[in-house]
Amino acid sequence: MYKKGIYTLRSNEPLTPAVWRMVLEGDTQWISAPGQFVNIAIDGLYLRRPISVCDWDEGTITLIYKVVGEGTRRMAAMLPGESLDLLTGLGNGFDVTKCGQRALLVGGGVGVPPLYNLAKRLLAEQREVTVVLGFNTASEIFCREEFETLGCRVIVATADGSAGVRGFVTDAVRTCGVVCDYFYACGPLPMLRALSDAVPCSGQLSFEERMGCGFGACMGCSCKTKYGNKRICREGPVLTKEEIIW
Amino acid sequence: MVAKQAKPRDLSVVLSGWRLDNPVIPASGTFGFGREFQEFYDINILGTFSFKGTTREARFGNPTPRIAECKAGMINAVGLQNPGIDAVIAEELPRLRSFFHKPVIANISGFSIEEYAYCCERIDREDCVGLIEVNVSCPNVRHGGMSFGTSPDCAAEVTRAVKAVTTKPVYIKLSPNVTDIVAIARACEEAGADGVCLINTMLGMRIDVARRKPVIANVMGGFSGDAVFPVALRMVYQVARACRIPVIGCGGVSSARDVIEMMMAGATAVEVGAANLKNPYICKEIIEALPEEMERLGIERLSDIIGCVE
Repeated sequence: MYKKGIYTLRSNEPLTPAVWRMVLEGDTQWISAPGQFVNIAIDGLYLRRPISVCDWDEGTITLIYKVVGEGTRRMAAMLPGESLDLLTGLGNGFDVTKCGQRALLVGGGVGVPPLYNLAKRLLAEQREVTVVLGFNTASEIFCREEFETLGCRVIVATADGSAGVRGFVTDAVRTCGVVCDYFYACGPLPMLRALSDAVPCSGQLSFEERMGCGFGACMGCSCKTKYGNKRICREGPVLTKEEIIW
Repeated sequence: MVAKQAKPRDLSVVLSGWRLDNPVIPASGTFGFGREFQEFYDINILGTFSFKGTTREARFGNPTPRIAECKAGMINAVGLQNPGIDAVIAEELPRLRSFFHKPVIANISGFSIEEYAYCCERIDREDCVGLIEVNVSCPNVRHGGMSFGTSPDCAAEVTRAVKAVTTKPVYIKLSPNVTDIVAIARACEEAGADGVCLINTMLGMRIDVARRKPVIANVMGGFSGDAVFPVALRMVYQVARACRIPVIGCGGVSSARDVIEMMMAGATAVEVGAANLKNPYICKEIIEALPEEMERLGIERLSDIIGCVE
């Protein structure tokens, strides 16, 4: 189920020069799984902005977003006390019940945030959680301590080698002796594809696409899978490794 | 103090003998088969809605990205993704009947005269279809609808072929991407169309300047949203004055005022398209706002204002 609601900004702060964390207060009852997203109406812009949910509790939603265009620029300029119109409870999200004992979570850049609540849930289910976070460079790293505080093993990879393992997340998975029997991933398409090839076990991957509505009406974000056409906003954004047609 | 009793307002309109509770109709392609919106509100408050454009075969449509944002609107190049007429009849319509208790508008598209006729003949047997809206104007399909809607002769040919296989009212949905929309509307009327619906989307394009590539994989797509309202209104006005058959107005409608403006220009009913995607409650909000707007403007019966602008 999904619904529209009005949310009030509690805080909105930069984590890195380009990545911001926004905490919103309001009704969160429609959010049912990590990896779901909200669709945010922004005054003066025609389409809503889909942003994945980083974390939520009874009264707040935490979003971590990268400033990449006009919509996210306007979001970053908002102050506590201001309000936003959100559709919440969108998308299928990650399924924690499919996971074995040892979970690998891999995030690239702004693909990292939806893994946070996922890690929380897997740890609550007594799973061992290894998190591999990929960034371009040290100054772009965020959320590392948050995952460590939860109790995850955290490995960072940077493309320029300025922090952690030099290279991509796949290099980190290969060189750091990561053992897993299920994986979850969110990040750029080339990363998802390389990871899917590199990790032998089954897993779930979260995809992006340009959306019109975010709730399945416009068919703008459709993709073909081995099990038929799916809407990234509705039957996705999370697809299983087995169904993806690369 | 007794609150001033508002006069009852009559919102009903009649399309070819079919009485709608109100003139508000979500447009094809923005409302699926109703399911996604039923989760937001009870869609039985609508006049009716026009279901997703349906073809003979199932279609995936165009490659993605197929959505681009614009100032005051959007471009889509979905390319008629739909499950095909058989699946619509076997799966979508029975599901729809479980939660929507009014007749629906069947939006039909095709790539040949035979396909239009085939689909309309199939849908003719469905009791829950109140009228057939024939899309001769979708600009997304390279070899498809566009050509039918851009020539009066082709539009008339489609109209005749469809009318021959159905007893349901047939409304032709017209493309604005033409030199003279009045000539095409008249050709449809002369060929037996029971009504026309206009406008479909306007052909548009955006470029990602950083990548120096079109935003849309298909390069061009259909532009819709607030920005097209004045163009749609002008065309509704022109066509309504030139034809005797009813006009369904469509294009950039997002408020009760827009609905009234469209009706004053000559529309008997009004479709709401892209606005549903940004605000899924927009049609509900428009229907709820109409009585108050009517009171403000001194309108007792909404159907009285149809084409009142000379």
